[in-house]
Amino acid sequence: METDGNSTHPSRRLFTIAAASTAASWIMTACGPKRLYEAPKERLRAAIKEMESKYSKSHGKKVTVSDAGPIPGVEFAYALDISRCIGCRRCVYACVAENNQSREPQIQWIRVMSMEKDKGVDFSHANAYYNPEEVPQEGHFYVPVGCQHCENPPCTKVCPTGATWVERDGIVVIDYDWCIGCRYCMAACPYGARHFNWEEPTIPDQEFNPNTHYLGNRPRTKGVVEKCTFCIQRARAGRYPACVEVCPVGARKFGNLLDKDSEIRYIIEHKRVLVLKEELNTVPRFFYFYAT
Amino acid sequence: MNSIRLFGGFARGSLRLILRGNRAYALWLAFLAALMVSGSLAYSNQVRTGLGLTAMRDQVSWGFYIGNFTFLVGVAAAAVVLVIPAYIYNWKPIREIVIYGELLAISAIMMCLMFVMVDIGRPDRFWHLIPPFGHLNFPSSILAWDVVVLNLYFVVNFVVATHILYRAFHGRHYIKRLVVPLVLLSIPMAVGIHTVTAFLYNGLAARPYWNSSILAPQFLASAFCSGPAILLIMIQVLRRFTRFEIQNEAIWKIAELMAYAMFLNLFLHGAEAFKEFYSNTQHVLYTRYWYWGLGSHHTLVPYAWTAVFCNLLAFGLFIVPKARRNFVTLNIGCLAIYAGVYIEKGMGLIIPGLTPDALGEIYEYYPTLTELRVAAGIFATGFLIFTLMLKVAVPISLGEFRDKQESVEAAELVETR
Repeated sequence: METDGNSTHPSRRLFTIAAASTAASWIMTACGPKRLYEAPKERLRAAIKEMESKYSKSHGKKVTVSDAGPIPGVEFAYALDISRCIGCRRCVYACVAENNQSREPQIQWIRVMSMEKDKGVDFSHANAYYNPEEVPQEGHFYVPVGCQHCENPPCTKVCPTGATWVERDGIVVIDYDWCIGCRYCMAACPYGARHFNWEEPTIPDQEFNPNTHYLGNRPRTKGVVEKCTFCIQRARAGRYPACVEVCPVGARKFGNLLDKDSEIRYIIEHKRVLVLKEELNTVPRFFYFYAT
Repeated sequence: MNSIRLFGGFARGSLRLILRGNRAYALWLAFLAALMVSGSLAYSNQVRTGLGLTAMRDQVSWGFYIGNFTFLVGVAAAAVVLVIPAYIYNWKPIREIVIYGELLAISAIMMCLMFVMVDIGRPDRFWHLIPPFGHLNFPSSILAWDVVVLNLYFVVNFVVATHILYRAFHGRHYIKRLVVPLVLLSIPMAVGIHTVTAFLYNGLAARPYWNSSILAPQFLASAFCSGPAILLIMIQVLRRFTRFEIQNEAIWKIAELMAYAMFLNLFLHGAEAFKEFYSNTQHVLYTRYWYWGLGSHHTLVPYAWTAVFCNLLAFGLFIVPKARRNFVTLNIGCLAIYAGVYIEKGMGLIIPGLTPDALGEIYEYYPTLTELRVAAGIFATGFLIFTLMLKVAVPISLGEFRDKQESVEAAELVETR
């Protein structure tokens, strides 16, 4: 070891200051919030500003990214009338358009399963690729399946980086900037609700929906997982999800589970209601029912 | 400074050893290098285009990569299990092999980590797993557990193996107080990494094929066959090409232990098959897909029966003392075990687990050329690491590679101080 005799040398002092400040900023970022999940309001705002300018540039139009949080006293739930659904798949395409799902390769958050009436709700005999001249097809009924927004979701439990979680209003969301794309959540989901960007997603600029939410339909990159968010950008602004609006037979119902006078509560209390794969104890917030 | 100097001698010597070799050695390295180049090219394509270049899709979201990962966790675990008879019963013949088992474990874990890296969609975000910069969802996510135990296991084996070899290089005995506790720790850890990896699948109620409590014991049983199988072949190669000596008795003992492990593996398979086929619930679909196929979908059926045949053959060869003492049948048995376990713990575990998918759809997965090339590249990298480590470790163990200068240098250092 040599003795440290000339510590006042200017370049050395400069170096010390630079090194110390680099280390300090490094430690601060390291210990500070990393995921959008725990980002404080002002940091989230800054991140969203950045997203807005980035997306506006890449899609050639003004893109807004909402950071609307959960509304106190609201827990969303969904109900789908199996006896009404005609299997037209309008919900599938409305969802694709609203939520900026990739057109090539195709990603669809809703899968409509065609089932045979004499077999009942049975996925081992279901067919997602039905393509008759006309729906509904004789002897068939339809069960559209998307994210069930479980109260006890197996997908969020398994995520190794904590990139997916349940919001206070019951919506299961993903932080696309934190997801590493390991797809453990996809293996864990009993409803096939999670979809992976196997390649760079593409959407023509004119079809891109510029009204986005940071936990919802903002653009995704290749290599991350995405899923239904109950149209979080709409739901938190007091609007119905796109699939509810587009359904031509009114089979889809959506509302606040905590509001005693809501339609969703009426359905749960007065109709025959079922949830998919009840035995797995996922406790879905997505109910299926028979109105007639 | 002294230790740096000593290490420099070790590093230079090792480098010289690695660079020297006969024609076969050079050819072997060239072969591995070619596979690694091919794998890197395929992987860089995959990074550019996305995992769409693989056959994986939303329906079957894990495939060949994760299958290989699972198999290699088994290899890593089992290589060290040989430590048990060596240290607990102080059985000398096996003791000589333990260090090589540890080196095999190190290479296997490195391959595991590489297989996970090539499987994730955003490898650039790998650090998201590592606190304090990232966030590890521990203890909720079993994958987080796996990250922890695999890395710990790697460190433990790495420390033990390099310490023993490094000390031997300087003509000193290893520090008992350090090595013995670590070796003892590595035994439950070997069981641990494989159990945690089994739980990774086991805990998913969405996949009935995996959601069976027999999974972890079966993982262990099959791993205790495949890990030693690789070691037995390696030992014979070493015996032929170096002065390395090992008694036949040790090889036969290991083969006998493998026979018991294989019996347990077959028994657990049988128990699972009975439960599935006799109760005949809808959950049998996955097992049926593997062994018989569903409708017109039976891509994997030949593999399933190949695995069954290999496992039965190996069991037969290893349980009969005469057969396991004959080196021809012994090696056939080793290859059969390797093939059988590779199929059943790789593709045979992952693919039927996801086929039919959660909504009953059958997507027939079969790995693409990209996946095969990347996987071959990873195996080549693993074998390269293993080969180079052996190239240094064997001469050290044989006492051929020693630091003769050491004492002189140490004296000089004292003087300059």
